[in-house]
Amino acid sequence: MEDMILYDRLQFAFTITFHYIFPQLTMGLSLIIVYFKGNFLRTQLDKYNVAAKFLMKIFAVNFTMGVITGIPMEFQFGTNWAKFSELTGSIIGQTLAMEGLFSFFLESSFLVLFIFGEKLMGQKLHFLTALLVFLGSWASGYFILATNAWMQHPVGYEILDNGKFVLENFSALFSNPWLLPAFLHNQMASLVTSSFVVASIGAFYILSKSHIEYGKLFLSTGVFFGVISSFLVAFPTGDWNAKNVAKYQPAAFAAMEGIFETEHAGAEIVLIGQPNMVEKKLDNKIAVPNVLSFLTYQDWNKQISGMDNFTEEQLPTNVPGLYYSYHIMVGLGTIFIAVMSLAFFFLWRKKLYYMKPLLWTIMVLAPFAYIANITGWYVAELGRQPYLVYGLLYTSDGISPTVSSGNTLFTLLGFIGLYFLLGILFLILVGKTIYKGPIAQNH
Amino acid sequence: MEIFWYITIAIVLAMFFILDGYDFGAGIIHLFFAKTEKDKEVIAKSAGLFWDSNEVWLVAGGGMLFMAFPTFYASVFSGFYLPLIIVLWLIMLRAIGLEFRSQFKFQMWKDIWDSSFGVSSLLLALFFGIALGNIIRGVNLGGVESGVSLYESQYFFLPLWDSSFSPLCESPGVIDWFTIIIGFISVVTLAMHGANWIILKTNSSINNKLKTVVFRLNIVLSILTVISLYAWQMINPAALNNFTEQPLFILFPLLYFTGVIGLYFVKKIKNDLYPFLLSSLLVLGGITSSLASLFPVILPSTNDINGALTIYNTTTNSYGLSVALNWGIVGLILVVVYFIIQKRMMSGKIDNMDYGH
Ligand code: HDD
Ligand code: HEM
Ligand code: HEM
Repeated sequence: MEDMILYDRLQFAFTITFHYIFPQLTMGLSLIIVYFKGNFLRTQLDKYNVAAKFLMKIFAVNFTMGVITGIPMEFQFGTNWAKFSELTGSIIGQTLAMEGLFSFFLESSFLVLFIFGEKLMGQKLHFLTALLVFLGSWASGYFILATNAWMQHPVGYEILDNGKFVLENFSALFSNPWLLPAFLHNQMASLVTSSFVVASIGAFYILSKSHIEYGKLFLSTGVFFGVISSFLVAFPTGDWNAKNVAKYQPAAFAAMEGIFETEHAGAEIVLIGQPNMVEKKLDNKIAVPNVLSFLTYQDWNKQISGMDNFTEEQLPTNVPGLYYSYHIMVGLGTIFIAVMSLAFFFLWRKKLYYMKPLLWTIMVLAPFAYIANITGWYVAELGRQPYLVYGLLYTSDGISPTVSSGNTLFTLLGFIGLYFLLGILFLILVGKTIYKGPIAQNH
Repeated sequence: MEIFWYITIAIVLAMFFILDGYDFGAGIIHLFFAKTEKDKEVIAKSAGLFWDSNEVWLVAGGGMLFMAFPTFYASVFSGFYLPLIIVLWLIMLRAIGLEFRSQFKFQMWKDIWDSSFGVSSLLLALFFGIALGNIIRGVNLGGVESGVSLYESQYFFLPLWDSSFSPLCESPGVIDWFTIIIGFISVVTLAMHGANWIILKTNSSINNKLKTVVFRLNIVLSILTVISLYAWQMINPAALNNFTEQPLFILFPLLYFTGVIGLYFVKKIKNDLYPFLLSSLLVLGGITSSLASLFPVILPSTNDINGALTIYNTTTNSYGLSVALNWGIVGLILVVVYFIIQKRMMSGKIDNMDYGH
């Protein structure tokens, strides 16, 4: 039983983490493509169109990966989490089915037209297809976050005698107080990733002295979107999420902030420190007193429950994992704000293109945007433990009753092998596209 | 309400098999008949342009099944765990093959991805047929062994095969001679369907030859169909009772047989669209007839202890089903609109369309 749960969880974590690498770029990049395409319509300058079509190349490969890795996600609910599906299908089936109908169809139908239809339909319609692809991908993020929000903070349900959750109020799924902050935060975070990717392609071209004209275009656009999204991801959206966690999952909040003991006169904010689960304290701690209480409740002296206020069963199962994930996300977020603001300042002073160290920093930071996103999800998912549906259904009660751990281990290894191959192919193809540059694409 | 969702999901899944079916079929044809690089390229393209939008039908169908019949979704997906995951892997390998074959000019690169595309298309067609075979044969629900259920009554777990390979043994596996026959029917049907698609969408040099191929495969299909009906009667003497009790249901097998008969004239038909429509009827008729023969059961039980899964005992509350009706209708209308737009924009032969590489 124990290893059954472990393998199921590992498989889910592995496959969703891999899947999530792709949508975060899809969602942000589609917006940037719409921006380029719109600029082309407005100014008729060819370079915007070339830039849009170049990014589209990368987008297409990325999108394919997202689709390929997304299909197993949907089926895994049934294969590995059969009990969970049976008990909650009435509710999360709604949002998942809506995602299929309202977003995947939209995205995939118009993506084909965007890629192949430019000559057939003229520029205005071509812009429209880009816009629809963008809408489709954001809608898909919205529905999936509605699903996740329900698991984090269940609403609008009724539990029958046989333990099944059934839908009682449809609109509650979408007015869930968890949903909007999570959605906005997540979308801004994916825009951070895409801005960094675009900016780092630009930085690469400038540093390697090839396609310099496009290098500058990509860099300035990436920095422009990057500075906006980096701020928005922290404030108000990140802050808002943190308040939600404090309100609805106080045990998770204590764990992610690393508060072992409740302090009555206001909680400190931990900057650095390693959780020591044996002695129940933070080693090597650097913290600023009372700030956490202020950030969470706008009251310097408000009491925040520490982990000592909760029983072992209420606390997340993996406190250090949660704590580190959270601090990595927030730490990276702070770095992103600093770097993007600096870059924006020098862009405005027209010096950025000559500042090698800063260009290098931007180029190297792109993978860290992915890391911030993924650790962000780890915060959400580890914080939800030991529950699948917060407070109501334990993870251990959700797995498939008939699938043995050997089978799960086998498929987990299979996924690891296959995804390794996928990852390599993805890097080769994106690398090739970047290497060839924007012009070659446009013969 | 259950019936509405059942029909809707059946239509969506049938659409999946008709649409993605032609690109599975194109893969099979590609594997066996495409010899020159030019033909390989166009055939891959005739599937590559559309597989993604076709597969969405599967994703959407899966989502609706999850919403409307959660117990069935949970039972079947965990019960067929291994075959399903293998299907997922094949779907991935096929998609990679299609997307990546023309990214590099080396022959070896192309050969690898061509075989990845071809072989996984073939296996997928086989597996989907086997899956259908399992559904109509039924499974050992509840994992009954010597009169005792090992699991809750709605769950099961099948081995890939039982050493006897017989559908009549106590707990048949996923693969037995009956499901294999259905698997072959599926391969042959989809190969024909794919050939018709290639004829419709491309100017490949093998188009004329493919008409002969379709004609011959059709003979094989007719024989297999007769065998399978006989075998089905043998496994379950009541298999066809639904058709005598509900005369309207006869419509579905009629679709199937219209397809079969029509395709005997494939060489005479001038308009390339008609053979494709005929093989679409074939796919549609095959699936709907199988479902109709079971209705309202969706998964028969091969033991006497646990009853079959039906659309009534696997569904959810009526409130959930009826709100879903509201957005479901809107969503389906939109889907049809997108579909028409896409098919109109991309109509005609695709040989000269810029594939963007
Ligand atoms: C570029 C990525 C990125 C960056 C820089 C940040 N986040 Fe974040 N964060 C995410 C990417 C992300 C995410 C991956 O998108 C998550 C996972 C679930 C979600 O909705 O967004 C998330 C979740 C998440 C949660 C957990 C919600 C839950 O438990 O479900 C909190 C409390 C915060 N964020 C707060 C912040 C704060 C205060 C930041 C200040 C800098 C911050 N995040 C930066
Ligand atoms: C919004 C859609 C999502 C849903 C519905 C969802 C659902 C689930 C489910 C069912 C599990 C398995 C049970 C468990 O261990 O709790 C899980 C675990 C997990 N998910 Fe998510 N997830 C979503 C998004 C994500 C994303 C995008 C990521 C990461 C990039 C992620 C990371 C994880 C991790 C790391 C685990 C394992 C946690 C653990 O084992 O303690 N999830 N999630
Ligand atoms: C367990 C949770 C998840 C499931 C079941 C799931 C399912 C899927 C499926 C089936 C696809 C392919 C769609 C197609 O055929 O076109 C897909 C793609 C996509 N998913 Fe996920 N997904 C999950 C998590 C997420 C998360 C957390 C996000 C973002 C917040 C997300 C955003 C997207 C987007 C934007 C796409 C479009 C294609 C792309 O990835 O580039 N998904 N997903």
